[in-house]
Amino acid sequence: MSEYILELNGITKRFSGVKALDHVYFKLKAGEIHALMGENGAGKSTFIKIITGVHEADEGEILLDGQPVNFKNPNEAKRAGIAAIYQHVTCYPDLSVTENIFMGHERIAKGSKRILWKEMHEEAQRLLEELGASFSPKTQMGALSVAEQQIVEIAKALSMDARIIIMDEPTAALSSRESEELYRITEQLRDRGAAIIFISHRFEDMYRLASKVTVFRDSKYIGTWKTDEISKSELIVAMVGREITQLFPKKDVAIGEELLRVEGLGRTGYFADVSFTIHRGEIVGLTGLVGSGRTEVCETLFGIQTPDQGQIWLKGRKTRIKSPAQAMRKGIAYLPEDRQKQGLVLDWSISDNITLPSLWQISRKGWTHKKKEREVAKELAERLGVKARTIFDLVSSLSGGNQQKVVFAKLLAMDIDVLILDEPTKGVDVGAKSAIYEIISELAAQGLGILMVSSEMPEVIGMCDKVLVMREGRITASLDRSELSQENILAAAMAD
Amino acid sequence: MNSRTIEQKMDFSWRRFFLQWEWMLLAVFIAVNIINANLSDYYLDFTNLRDAMMSFLDKAFIVLPMVLVMIMGDIDISVGSTVALSAVVMADLYNKGVPMVPAMLICLLTGTICGWLNGWLIVRFKELSSVIVTLSTMIIYRGIAYILLEDQAAGGFPSWFSNLGWGYIGSVPIIVVVFVVFAVIFSLLLHKSVLGRWIYAIGNNSTSSRYSGVQVDRIKILVFTLTGFMAAVAALFLTARMGSTRPNIAMGYELEVIAMVVLGGISTSGGKGRMIGAIIAVFLIGYLRYGLGLINVQAQALLIIIGLLLILAVMLPKLKPGNRKQA
Repeated sequence: MSEYILELNGITKRFSGVKALDHVYFKLKAGEIHALMGENGAGKSTFIKIITGVHEADEGEILLDGQPVNFKNPNEAKRAGIAAIYQHVTCYPDLSVTENIFMGHERIAKGSKRILWKEMHEEAQRLLEELGASFSPKTQMGALSVAEQQIVEIAKALSMDARIIIMDEPTAALSSRESEELYRITEQLRDRGAAIIFISHRFEDMYRLASKVTVFRDSKYIGTWKTDEISKSELIVAMVGREITQLFPKKDVAIGEELLRVEGLGRTGYFADVSFTIHRGEIVGLTGLVGSGRTEVCETLFGIQTPDQGQIWLKGRKTRIKSPAQAMRKGIAYLPEDRQKQGLVLDWSISDNITLPSLWQISRKGWTHKKKEREVAKELAERLGVKARTIFDLVSSLSGGNQQKVVFAKLLAMDIDVLILDEPTKGVDVGAKSAIYEIISELAAQGLGILMVSSEMPEVIGMCDKVLVMREGRITASLDRSELSQENILAAAMAD
Repeated sequence: MNSRTIEQKMDFSWRRFFLQWEWMLLAVFIAVNIINANLSDYYLDFTNLRDAMMSFLDKAFIVLPMVLVMIMGDIDISVGSTVALSAVVMADLYNKGVPMVPAMLICLLTGTICGWLNGWLIVRFKELSSVIVTLSTMIIYRGIAYILLEDQAAGGFPSWFSNLGWGYIGSVPIIVVVFVVFAVIFSLLLHKSVLGRWIYAIGNNSTSSRYSGVQVDRIKILVFTLTGFMAAVAALFLTARMGSTRPNIAMGYELEVIAMVVLGGISTSGGKGRMIGAIIAVFLIGYLRYGLGLINVQAQALLIIIGLLLILAVMLPKLKPGNRKQA
């Protein structure tokens, strides 16, 4: 019998050539809470998916009780006693708690194949009581709070005799009182001998619960420490401590007049009290963890959502933005986070995509002007360096970087002042990244005001004149270029 | 920023040109005509072929906007009921003393309002699909028609009105002239206007369209309103041809219209297809029905044939990928 219940050695996973995990290690003992930390995109999610059998590793070995295993699908991992509990609970909201707990492994009578409802309800009741929950197993799942739903998920894990429980940011959506309750349950599970992998962005969770912490960074394994032997600042260095090797072609641009001013903007449940200004030639960064409200702020400025509070001023005039069409008429363009679902019509040509937002302006009084469309598309595609054979190539045939350049071209076909970029280099390879940085700098030099949302520290530090950091729907820091450092940003982005 | 040249010319390929669904439809259409001509001596008669159009073109008025609706990725199954309600409102008003021309205008207005209401409901309640909304209004519109006429027939229209159904301009039936005018307008709208491109964009990816500043909601309401208007146009011609109207006219029109659109190569998931395909499909089914009628084949047999053609229409593009791309 091995000392470790679960051991992962040299796990590597590639997605279309890009390494999502690069030789990572992880060792877990029974009766231990082991924290896993890292920035967005460090490889934590892929790592969980490999343990739970969603993905297969390309290299490396997984040892369960010292025996090599190779999960081909999630069911095999479940049968081996591995369960995962996610931040966004994946449940059947219209079914009862009991049905949710026993989904996929219902108790069935041997002979008659009848579902043993009474037994299941009793078992569910027993599990819930054990976890200290006060609701009935007959309650409809959707009527429960997120915290209660998580307890159901934990009960489900117990009902399957899970020995290894992965908790992926379980406290992110919980109040501090609910978090306290979750800590208690987690400790209870540990004391019963379960091994727990606890993923969280909150240092508080980590120090409170875990005995060990492993850090991933840029898909690589950085190290494992005992939690009482590493300080918070040392952890931050471990998480972000890469060198900025990329060259950011940021130009020195004179900052001009004010273009956009936001005062006390808020939308209940998403963000509150957001204020900032953007000037001509300025690149303002907006960063923070995923879910901190960054995208919601952008979508509000672009008229996709409407704010409850606050004012927006455009070029000194108070304005309201009710729809994307209106935002564009007022000179605000938005490059959305998900270029495939929000930015492009994949089955369309480069040309038709580029001209879609400006089609009316290019048209002859509402009738399409194909020749002019081709000219506009060709000029912009060439200016942005889209690599394609003809402007009639379908955008679905382009690489991620080239698709992103097409989205940029769409926005530049219009007459705009303010450009909002949501993760402009997400899923783009390194070469295309620097080309996109060059485009952004060039646009700032031409006098556009740019708001750039990004989770990538080097990019934020390398490109921005000013950086706003958001946490839980509020701006927690506004840093000038001179104050920019990964440590400063991360300290503002993460809860103490 | 770097500058490389990107070609502005599209490569022409005969293979791609002939792999278009519309050629297949045309081939089936010609085959149907050859078979019909061989089965009945009366088929290949100019007057008969011309007058046959009078009996199937009324549905074709609804096919035109239904192409737009389905390219947007939506569907409207309330059109048959809209025809009935518009016709019944017109007949009811006329019998109560409203002159014919205002009654006809109110018929058009009724259809337009029905269509607008469909569009508004779909846009307002995003969680409801167009199938559900128009299924409900299908029942509601038909219900109102029944309340107005209580299962009676209403007629006695002025004689000039029946000319809409049976009259000619020169030697061309009026309905054909009007249909050609609308077919040209709708084809231009779909294929040559900015609105048409937006409709394709919505059908391909409505989220991207919205983020690109396309006013998705407004366009949806507009297209559904147009559909209601065209259903009322169909109501005028149908009533004129039949001489009277009942609350149960145009039963099942929605399915025939949708069948023609699908047969015409319009993707059921939206975004793809062309007007010309649906127009060929109108004539294909129209003449198939006429020919089979001449040799006394039961109407049910026709349904089987249409059903088989539909399966073919939906299946073929999946077997040969890439032959129905349209932007």
